[in-house]
Amino acid sequence: MAYPDDVRYTPEHEWAKLENGVVTVGITSYAAEQLGDVVFVELPAVGKKLDALKPFGVVEAVKTVSDLFAPVTGEVVEVNATLADNPALVNQSPYGEGWMIRLRPDDPDAVSKLMARADYERYLQEQHG
Amino acid sequence: MSYIGLSRDEERRMLETIGVTSFEALVETIPASVRLQAPLQTPGPLSEIDLRRQFGAWARMNAADHAVSFMGGGLYDHYIPSVVNTLAMRSEFATAYTPYQAEVAQGSLTAIYEFQSMIVELAGTDVANASLYDGATAVVEAALLARHQTGRRRVVVAGTLHPHFLGVLRTYLDPADIAVVPERGGQTAPEDVRQTLGADAACLVYAHPNFFGLLESPAALHAMARAAGALSIACCDPIALALLEPPGIHGAGADMVVGEGQSLGNPPSFGGPVLGFFACSQALVRRMPGRLAAETVDRNGRRGFVLTLQTREQHIRREKATSNICTNQGLLALRATIYLGLLGREGMREVAELCVQKTHHAAEVATKVPGYRRAHEGAFFREFVLECPVDAGAVVTQGLEHGVLPGVDLGQFRPEWKRWLLVAVTEQRSAAEIERWAGVLRAAAERRS
Repeated sequence: MAYPDDVRYTPEHEWAKLENGVVTVGITSYAAEQLGDVVFVELPAVGKKLDALKPFGVVEAVKTVSDLFAPVTGEVVEVNATLADNPALVNQSPYGEGWMIRLRPDDPDAVSKLMARADYERYLQEQHG
Repeated sequence: MSYIGLSRDEERRMLETIGVTSFEALVETIPASVRLQAPLQTPGPLSEIDLRRQFGAWARMNAADHAVSFMGGGLYDHYIPSVVNTLAMRSEFATAYTPYQAEVAQGSLTAIYEFQSMIVELAGTDVANASLYDGATAVVEAALLARHQTGRRRVVVAGTLHPHFLGVLRTYLDPADIAVVPERGGQTAPEDVRQTLGADAACLVYAHPNFFGLLESPAALHAMARAAGALSIACCDPIALALLEPPGIHGAGADMVVGEGQSLGNPPSFGGPVLGFFACSQALVRRMPGRLAAETVDRNGRRGFVLTLQTREQHIRREKATSNICTNQGLLALRATIYLGLLGREGMREVAELCVQKTHHAAEVATKVPGYRRAHEGAFFREFVLECPVDAGAVVTQGLEHGVLPGVDLGQFRPEWKRWLLVAVTEQRSAAEIERWAGVLRAAAERRS
């Protein structure tokens, strides 16, 4: 499975990408595959303050459900409204059209402290074989 | 697994396994003052003949079985057509319960799906679940849902809700989070609701018809709740819904319509078992408590049923489930389904109309008896409060002597209501029975003078 180089990863299998002071957040292809067909994504309201590593939403697959965790502390500036009608985008394009929220981070440097691709791959090896 | 109690030997092996010397040692942390010090004195085993005789004697003490009932207050003495018992007591249904191996039980799922569909029609909502334990816990579940949905804690309750329902709400929630809107003349004034709602209310809960049998003003109440950013929860009787505008009706409707479904084909018995129903808008379906049956097709394209949106529930979402409810009231919901299916839209309307006519007739008859008058002025459905010239308890006692249950003594709820008798008149009550009941009222008043 290919993990992109241009995003950072959390131990809860979210990815985060900092662009122009805004962090885009989604779940990794590993998480999407583990969940199976995503049928619903519950996302926070724009303007909500999120704390790093605290749940901000829920992703629901056919037979399971999982919390979504904020990679960094910040304020929600945009949510991916297209997921309401087409949650399958999370499976089809986890790093692209399947993104979930955009955050304005309190500390933009926080993103660079998350795992890089190689760290995440090693983490997956250790945690999940 | 055997249903026979433990043998001495089994008890000894269990105690050994956990490393305790005796049963007494196991329970020694329980204060001696609350522990039974000697074996419970129970009569020995009886022969089958003696057992039947004993239980028969107890059963014959039950006057309610053959008394003419004007009792309501949440449970109602509606006629139960024979078809309901005949079908619901079939052995295929006798153990009907919430299906755990759900899709194997296509018959159960079909019945649940039909139940949901008919409740939706009565409630005017988008969706209904497979049922809950009773009306009171349905109200609680609705309030909890509203709190999750809005992120607010305070629950505003119309003071005309059944006192037992309010009590169950207080048991589940922090009583400080509950604000009760005082009633005016037995009804809820929208202006009072507005003042109580405030900016931190999760929901408004009201009953329609209310505890006193009176109608409320749903549209105005929904508007007040909506303006305050709170959800509205209507607690309704399904027989009344055959005549009233469905409270969930699209646009200006209640967000949730819940209630007690006993009146649909289930006997009042001694207060249970009963049947809660829960209906809500599509927007709330992912936070809805309980089981939900849905229609689908199998791989050959044939119609079939499944339990759906199970990710809300405990067996998947664990401690983050939308509710602790993971069951439904299968057999009673089945009876309700048969009842609704049998009566249909017209039949339900007829039952409800008969209730209205007979209740209003009874009110007219009663208020001609010297000393009796209605306690409230508002429009009523199947129930009204009669203010008596004596304590309502005395009227109830008088009734028992004549094989009549004249109503519910409201003094048990509040001392200032001790002269209030809550009277329910279902389609079952004949003109002659109403006359007999009026005779009880007369006798109770005359006994005083």
